[in-house]
Amino acid sequence: MTTPQTVPAPRESDGTSSHPQPPVLRIDALERHFAASGGGTVRAVDGVSITIGRGEVVGLVGESGSGKSTVGRCVVRLDEPTGGTVHINGTDVTHLSRRTLRPLRKDFHLVFQDPSSSLDPRMTIGQIIAEPIRLHRQARGEAVRTRVEQLLGQVGLRPEHADRHPHELSGGQRQRISIARALSCDPDLVVADEPTSALDVSVQASVLNLLADLQRDRGFGCLFITHDLAAVEYLADRIAVMYLGQIVEQAPTAELFAAPKHPYTQALLSAAPVPDPVEQRSRERIVLHGELPSPLDPPPGCRFHTRCPLATERCRTEVPVLRELPGGRQVSCHLVGDDGTAPDAAA
Amino acid sequence: MTTATQTLPTAPGATARKRATGGRLRALRRNRLALTGGVIAAVFVLAALLAPLIAPYDPAQPDFGNVLAEPSWAHWLGTDDLGRDQLSRIVYGSRASMQVGLVAVVLAFVIGVPLGLLAGYYGRLTDSVVSRLTDTMLAFPFLVLAVGLAAILGPSLTNATIAIGISQIPAVIRITRAETLRLKHVDYVGAAVVNGGGDTTVLFRHILPNATSALIVQATVGIPAAIIGEALLSFLGLGVQPPAPSLGVMLSGAQSFLAPAPWLAVFPGLAIVAATLAFNLLGDGLRDVLDPRGGTR
Repeated sequence: MTTPQTVPAPRESDGTSSHPQPPVLRIDALERHFAASGGGTVRAVDGVSITIGRGEVVGLVGESGSGKSTVGRCVVRLDEPTGGTVHINGTDVTHLSRRTLRPLRKDFHLVFQDPSSSLDPRMTIGQIIAEPIRLHRQARGEAVRTRVEQLLGQVGLRPEHADRHPHELSGGQRQRISIARALSCDPDLVVADEPTSALDVSVQASVLNLLADLQRDRGFGCLFITHDLAAVEYLADRIAVMYLGQIVEQAPTAELFAAPKHPYTQALLSAAPVPDPVEQRSRERIVLHGELPSPLDPPPGCRFHTRCPLATERCRTEVPVLRELPGGRQVSCHLVGDDGTAPDAAA
Repeated sequence: MTTATQTLPTAPGATARKRATGGRLRALRRNRLALTGGVIAAVFVLAALLAPLIAPYDPAQPDFGNVLAEPSWAHWLGTDDLGRDQLSRIVYGSRASMQVGLVAVVLAFVIGVPLGLLAGYYGRLTDSVVSRLTDTMLAFPFLVLAVGLAAILGPSLTNATIAIGISQIPAVIRITRAETLRLKHVDYVGAAVVNGGGDTTVLFRHILPNATSALIVQATVGIPAAIIGEALLSFLGLGVQPPAPSLGVMLSGAQSFLAPAPWLAVFPGLAIVAATLAFNLLGDGLRDVLDPRGGTR
């Protein structure tokens, strides 16, 4: 299941030489197992491989408890992987000590889910945004302030906001601060861990737009973790669908939305509302029954078979591998043919 | 991108900050009990600082013609068995109380806060060693521990201060460790790590500042405990040595004259109660004001 992805060409030329550059992020067979209190192992992440090229946006989609946030935390080493490797810009950061990793941290950052807990309440906005700049000695003295004001402008806030405290700002404004902090050292990789799900619906769109604009202007690679399919369709070049700690399908965004192969992806897409009420009312929905099984004791065979409307005897016993399909897609389902013919979970 | 250009009406940062602090001060002022406590505590601190200016007599000067005098205009709180002025002795005595109260708490914080931070942040072996030491010390009641240490160190005001300070270390470690454990898993501390911050940045720029509310409250609990501790140690002869005045020494001396001159015991006793109560009330009020969950923010 560790088939290395071919790295897609950068979307925009980043002005550097013709040397093939390493992907900004390469995750190989990443595992994060937790020891459960009652004995046993929680397999939160169980063999995930994702590659993100320069300037590429990859969406990581899954329901709560699928382990998608844990992947993000392992990438930025807020959580220690128990297996597999994480390469950032070609450097293996999986086992670097915290001290050796520190100077490399200017190349990647994380936008947290909840902006009300990810900004230090005792600091001013200016201090919060300036911290990475100071720690990596990117600027000093007056230049720091200038840089902070520049960043505030880029996320749609005013220079005066630098002297405020986080609790004086709205949720959307706080998330903009979090984005400004993540971009303050001009990183090559940004991990966005559900950056809009803690926000009011009314400001979600503006924060998504901001991220998309900044990504286009600065060309950073992005691992966009979310359960919001509309958000990834808009932002991501490629989408990986995660179920119970594993990737079940990976494909370029347009292809995935046009023709989802895995029954789980099909169910996920059919559950997302369509903005056209006529179509929304008439369309077929695949309703999954039951809860996400416990990662403490994942089902044998295909992990999805307990909820899959199409599951066969083979699915209950044999573990499907993540196979390459034509068109740069990957899927792990026994029912998908090697030529890409997919079953229809709605049927 | 509609909201991108919409921002809050501008208010210069300085005024905003002042407003936040001003709000807390106002909340503290609304809390009558805390205000009373704060005023009494301030009176004691001032009396201690300005003792030579306030005290009407020399606290160590005997006046054998005026022994065990009742409270009068000349001696507001009477005189003791050697004719020394009670009021002057209480003013100077609160000097010892405040000195022990503040110095002992500072000592406990200087040692306890770093240990609590280390234990909470690094966990594992560091935590086990520090926590077991803390548990061992907490097995003894605070005053028993203080008396034992003072007995080992020898009787003097300095040694009493050290003994009380050491006795307060475990409580400070506990509070700091608990706050560190809580804050270690908060997102903004994770963000500091992702920012590229080392342990020093994380501990001293993020965890410690956010633990201050709990620590301030712990300090206002520690000060009255230290005041009582000083009185007890001096009462037992392990603290301030007579003829120097201290509330505990005065109580100890008053024992023999409870029937003929009860005011000798009543006034120093009231002073101890007032000082202790004042700091406790102030601490309760501060806790209410500094806790953002219960606050008016």
